[in-house]
Amino acid sequence: MAVQAAAKPASRDARRHNSQMYDAMRRLAQNKTAVLGFIIILIMILLAVFADVLFNYEQTVIKQNYAEMCQGPSLAYPFGTDELGRDILARVIHGTRVSLSIGFAATIMASFLGGAIGAVSGFYGRRVDMIISRVMDMLMAIPGTLLAIAIVAALETSMRNLILALTISSIPKFARITRGAVMTVKDCEHIEAARAIGARNGTIIIHHVLPNCLAPILVELTISVSFAILTISGLSFLGLGVQAPRPEWGAMLASSRTYIRDYSYMTFFPGLAIMLTILAFNLLGDGLRDALDPRLK
Amino acid sequence: MLKYILKRLISLLPVIIGATLIVYLILNMAQGDPARIILGENATPEAIAQLREEMGLNDPVLVRYGRYMLNLVHGDMGTSYRTNAPVSDEIFARLPYTLWLAAASIIICILLALPLGTIAAIKQNSFLDGLCMVLSLLGVSMPSFWLGLLLILLFSLTLGWLPPFGADEWKSVILPAFALAVSSMASVARTTRASMLEVIRQDYIRTARSKGISQGRVIRRHALRNAMIPTMTSIGIQVGFLLSGSVLVETVFSWPGIGRLMITSIQQRDIPTVLGCIIIFAIFFSIVNLIVDLLYGFIDPRMKSQYA
Repeated sequence: MAVQAAAKPASRDARRHNSQMYDAMRRLAQNKTAVLGFIIILIMILLAVFADVLFNYEQTVIKQNYAEMCQGPSLAYPFGTDELGRDILARVIHGTRVSLSIGFAATIMASFLGGAIGAVSGFYGRRVDMIISRVMDMLMAIPGTLLAIAIVAALETSMRNLILALTISSIPKFARITRGAVMTVKDCEHIEAARAIGARNGTIIIHHVLPNCLAPILVELTISVSFAILTISGLSFLGLGVQAPRPEWGAMLASSRTYIRDYSYMTFFPGLAIMLTILAFNLLGDGLRDALDPRLK
Repeated sequence: MLKYILKRLISLLPVIIGATLIVYLILNMAQGDPARIILGENATPEAIAQLREEMGLNDPVLVRYGRYMLNLVHGDMGTSYRTNAPVSDEIFARLPYTLWLAAASIIICILLALPLGTIAAIKQNSFLDGLCMVLSLLGVSMPSFWLGLLLILLFSLTLGWLPPFGADEWKSVILPAFALAVSSMASVARTTRASMLEVIRQDYIRTARSKGISQGRVIRRHALRNAMIPTMTSIGIQVGFLLSGSVLVETVFSWPGIGRLMITSIQQRDIPTVLGCIIIFAIFFSIVNLIVDLLYGFIDPRMKSQYA
């Protein structure tokens, strides 16, 4: 009997939550710019997944071909070729794979770790909250990109360290946002009800608190991916990120600098790819924020 | 007011100590033995051991951090592995350039963002509003280092109006400052628009209008001041981005500031200089945040009374 009574409000809660999500998604689908952003991201994901089908990595992306070097955009090479004769279009498309995979990996890790830290901090409050918040304040006192640069500078440059650096520099933002959201939710009646029927703190946080905090976290996720992608390209531009011959947009821009006077097209396309990606995530992020919290509009 | 400033300064202290400790610990993990880097590959183990002892490298990391901070308070940031000169000399020689660049960017950012955001809000849903918002979206999405390269391409290499790199004349600052300002500008303009929209819908604005005050005066005297608080926060946040962005922009334009010093030092594994640069950035960033907080008090006296 007791179990039934407990299950009912929970399922009603879940239903309401689902319908809220459904409403938000419907609002999102009506937002043209957000849909545009979503479509661009979808195309980029597809390009990243099928990059190997479109262009062979060994033969086209990294193999040097001096016979074809520094050719301007043409039918054979729509984006031209670089100083080593490699097809820039192929490299830009394979670069999507690098940027998106690092960006997503770092953001997902940061959201889990930051979310967990923030949830504990917000839920338990008092001394735990004070300690965690102070540590996060300290991390936030170092601009994210600089923190990432420091980590990459200390460790050697590799994909793994790059993801680690981006994750650590994104954790404080997720922690702060989750903490704020948890604090507004934790005093709600359904939390009290869950506690009254003897649910443990861990269960309450995971099943009752976090699902109600998803909106701001979801918005932060999209913003965070764009921050990560921008930082990867920035670090690679400085020579601290993805290393040659692996194609990465920022690294491509760095090597194009030498040729900017005579072959300016080399500078154009990788930068355009970065901008388009960031733009798409910004559009989606703005749309999500409007859809999830209509009051903010 | 003085009490409030003091209170805030004291609360800043643990944050700065913590932030510098984090940076110190991270860079402490750096590969390679400093003694070996200084003495070179051919040094004898005895010489390395002796130098390690002299440099205090055998002490626990927290002791070393404490010593570093004590020296830092006295203006000593250690010795560069590369030049053997004091790190502080090099940093203070470069600091004016970075500050100059940052100041120029902030001025460009504010001068363009406030009118853009305000106009977009007043003419909401007009063509002008749409244009402002599209421009600001593109601006936010544009990586500063790419924009920098495009600006060099257009204004230096094609038109020949402005120098492409260096800091030899006053005109040199224009391109890097603009490249650095654009994304901040876009973000500040968006915040200004949003907060302006919220403010001009409020009753007291309608009251002001119904008294017959001109549109311009309503905006300037009544709306802007109240709309400024989110804008100020946004500008404060942007200063942080400007600092990290300056690392990239300084590299693009070969600007002799701290950002570029940091990158060359990373490449040469000159950890004390890297540490000094990041610590200066972190302290600077914290102080800017404090100034923004203090400015709230001037703009909105209610905030000040919370701490008085």
